[in-house]
Amino acid sequence: MPWRLLRFALNKKHPEPRMFTFHEKLKPSYDVVIIGAGGHGLSAAYYLAKEHGITNVCVLEKGYIGGGNTGRNTTIIRSNYLTPEGVKFYDESVKLWQDLSTDFDLNLFYANRGHFTLAHTDSALRTMRWRAEVNKHYGVNSEVVGPEAVKEAAPMIDLSCAGHAPILGALYHAPGSVARHDAVAWGYGRGADQRGVEIHQQTEVLGIDVQAGKVKGVKTSRGYISTGKVLCAVAGSTPRILKMVDVKTPLYIHPLQAMVSEPIKPWLDPILVSGSLHVYISQSARGELVMGASLDPYELHGTRSTLDFVEGLSTHMLEMFPFLSGVKVMRQWAGMADMTPDFAPIMGKTPVEGFYLDSGWGTWGFKATPVCGKTMAHTLVNDTPHPLITGFSMDRFRNYALTGEKGAASVGH
Amino acid sequence: MKILTCPLNGPRPVSEFFYWGEVRPMPNPNLASDDEWADYVFNRNGAPGVKKEWWCHTPSNTWFIAERDTEKDVVLKTYFHQGEE
Repeated sequence: MPWRLLRFALNKKHPEPRMFTFHEKLKPSYDVVIIGAGGHGLSAAYYLAKEHGITNVCVLEKGYIGGGNTGRNTTIIRSNYLTPEGVKFYDESVKLWQDLSTDFDLNLFYANRGHFTLAHTDSALRTMRWRAEVNKHYGVNSEVVGPEAVKEAAPMIDLSCAGHAPILGALYHAPGSVARHDAVAWGYGRGADQRGVEIHQQTEVLGIDVQAGKVKGVKTSRGYISTGKVLCAVAGSTPRILKMVDVKTPLYIHPLQAMVSEPIKPWLDPILVSGSLHVYISQSARGELVMGASLDPYELHGTRSTLDFVEGLSTHMLEMFPFLSGVKVMRQWAGMADMTPDFAPIMGKTPVEGFYLDSGWGTWGFKATPVCGKTMAHTLVNDTPHPLITGFSMDRFRNYALTGEKGAASVGH
Repeated sequence: MKILTCPLNGPRPVSEFFYWGEVRPMPNPNLASDDEWADYVFNRNGAPGVKKEWWCHTPSNTWFIAERDTEKDVVLKTYFHQGEE
């Protein structure tokens, strides 16, 4: 190698162009500290900088960008929820999603596929009608369709599901889409970074300095930062952070597992979900079948995978698509889902002044990434919850006024 | 964890068991304030650690307590509930 080139490589004045700026040191203070560089945290940072002009912001990440549930979900985006709060909120998110690739100048592989929620029983079909009516009332495109529409969209399906769970109909949601999840975190991260937000990876939060009920600073593995506002967006690690500020919530952590098959020729365009068979499936742009089931049955703060999961999910997959019997499973993984008793998130202010929470995203957080960032940025700036998230405040438990979001994914109901 | 030891039936596959959450003392419903009662009904200790949990061996309907590390998924011991909690 010529010496000149080596000198060039070692000179800090000419760094390799990177997606994110590397910051040697933490500043002694920031206007806002965001814990968690996943989709939600970076999205909040992005909207703080873009829409509110607040750029003295630091995003702290224990691991790496998008390495938590942002990179572990099955990438489905939809808004066909059951409660008015849920429908309005997720619909706003879907609208934001549609412009995101242009916004970031980054291809998110956002693909509008259409989304079928299959009904195998009369009672399931009744719930579908209910959801469809709530959706239509709020201008969300959803309708109940018969089994023939399912067969037309996915000709390989066995409509009888091996004879014991015949498909009676489905809730069809045309805006249902998939997107490349890592790119979402990168896009928000880069957008925030370009506007001056600092992202510090490999930086763990060790404690939160609260004095007289107010946030004063954050203790990290790389030193102390003083700040008056902290946003906690750490999904499955939320209870650990809440312990530091002594705030009690109903959050509990169960793992959610998923797996992908080897890549095969494109044959499945829509996204299919069956609550009764505990299956959701879509085919990625690479040809892999992305599959998920339901929550693991007990609390666990880890991301181990199990053979039980692969066996159970494969059994149900074969009931729907018998021709897949020769297809191999390529990878499996898990994420820690922060669940709430009513399947709605916990967002907004907390009893600790200056400590804001974006949590309870259990199995339904990816699709909400844009709208969470936008509404939390608004909440942080105005110190009052955005109108779209007032139904998700943590006070609802104390007041026995639960939201009851039964349109959520991967939960039995 | 694939095997859990039932105090009555010995080691059995975990799929035979049902998990019912942490053992938590119930406040007296007649004396507790609304806030205390809501705290008992909804709030949970979601942080990782060694917890005492209710489990049930479903084929024999045997309820018992397991002490489990919820970060490592290791069961330290299982035993029957003794007296009032």
